[in-house]
Amino acid sequence: MSQGLFVAQRLSALVLGPLVLVHLGLIMVAIRGGLSAEEILGRTQGSIGWALFYGAFVVAAAVHAPIGLRNILREWTRLRPRAVDLISLGFGAFLLVAGLRAVVAVIGGPA
Amino acid sequence: MTASTGTLTVEIWRGRDDGGLQSYAVPARDNQTVLDVVTEVQRRHAPDLAYRFACRVGVCGSCAMTVNGVPRWTCRTHVSKVAGEGRLRIEPLRNMPRIKDLACDMTPFFEKWEAAGGVFEGTVTRDAPLAAVSPESPERRAADAGIECINCGVCYAACDVVGWDEDYLGPAALNRAWTLVNDVRHRSRAETISAATGVGGCGSCHSQGNCMRYCPVGLAPAESIAGLKRRSLRDSVLGRLLGWAS
Repeated sequence: MSQGLFVAQRLSALVLGPLVLVHLGLIMVAIRGGLSAEEILGRTQGSIGWALFYGAFVVAAAVHAPIGLRNILREWTRLRPRAVDLISLGFGAFLLVAGLRAVVAVIGGPA
Repeated sequence: MTASTGTLTVEIWRGRDDGGLQSYAVPARDNQTVLDVVTEVQRRHAPDLAYRFACRVGVCGSCAMTVNGVPRWTCRTHVSKVAGEGRLRIEPLRNMPRIKDLACDMTPFFEKWEAAGGVFEGTVTRDAPLAAVSPESPERRAADAGIECINCGVCYAACDVVGWDEDYLGPAALNRAWTLVNDVRHRSRAETISAATGVGGCGSCHSQGNCMRYCPVGLAPAESIAGLKRRSLRDSVLGRLLGWAS
């Protein structure tokens, strides 16, 4: 793995670590508190804070996961390096688009 | 020669990639190493058996083989510690091209050693006085921790990542690079860092630790690689932000 990818993976992990913990804590609070979907959306829609939180989450995941996938494909399959890079880039783009779409759906829309 | 106390069943890999195991009966002795057994097979049963050894005392790093599935230095491995039920299976090291029987081609191993920036380049001539390096300095301590490598290839054979990723330089090469990065007499420290943190360098290590587990002289290449990873992050992040690089 090149130094650039190594650094990108480590720094994105640095960002993801606390975000994942907060996200998991949030799920537990929401479930234990018995919040309905409407109540959750009521808190998230229009919130710049949650938009930044989950926006950063999605971007960090879209950087981190494809690098790990690239390592796995390089080490465990006989795919050509070019194909591995394209698959990993495609996977990263999918995570980014799908994740940001979800963020828009949770943060935007009618209150 | 010590007294014989029974018989060992010894299976030895014969041939190259398409070879197979061949079984030999060798007298078990009170005090005998795996290298003794291989030598006995060559002397008494199979004169054409190819294997490699030199010093016989754990210094030269020539005689490493796979013994009952584990990479070991055979001259310092006593049969009594590894031969379960009097059976030995001896094969060449993993992750290296096979030449014949137990002899591997170590060319890729040493090519990667050089590719990781492992060749020392001094800054003075041999006529200059000895460099004064405090044994208490952090750099000297870090170099000391990895300097006793005998290049036997056991860590390279034990490493799964070496088997998966042909670009990966391997634990021994990166351990060597880390000792040079911490050698204040080495002129090309920045080049060594660049080589050891580039493609196939420290970033490819999964920290599985097989190198530490099997190193016969008790070194911890994974710790050296962790040092390179820290240096890589420091130089690439802080170096760009603050203009701070090795």
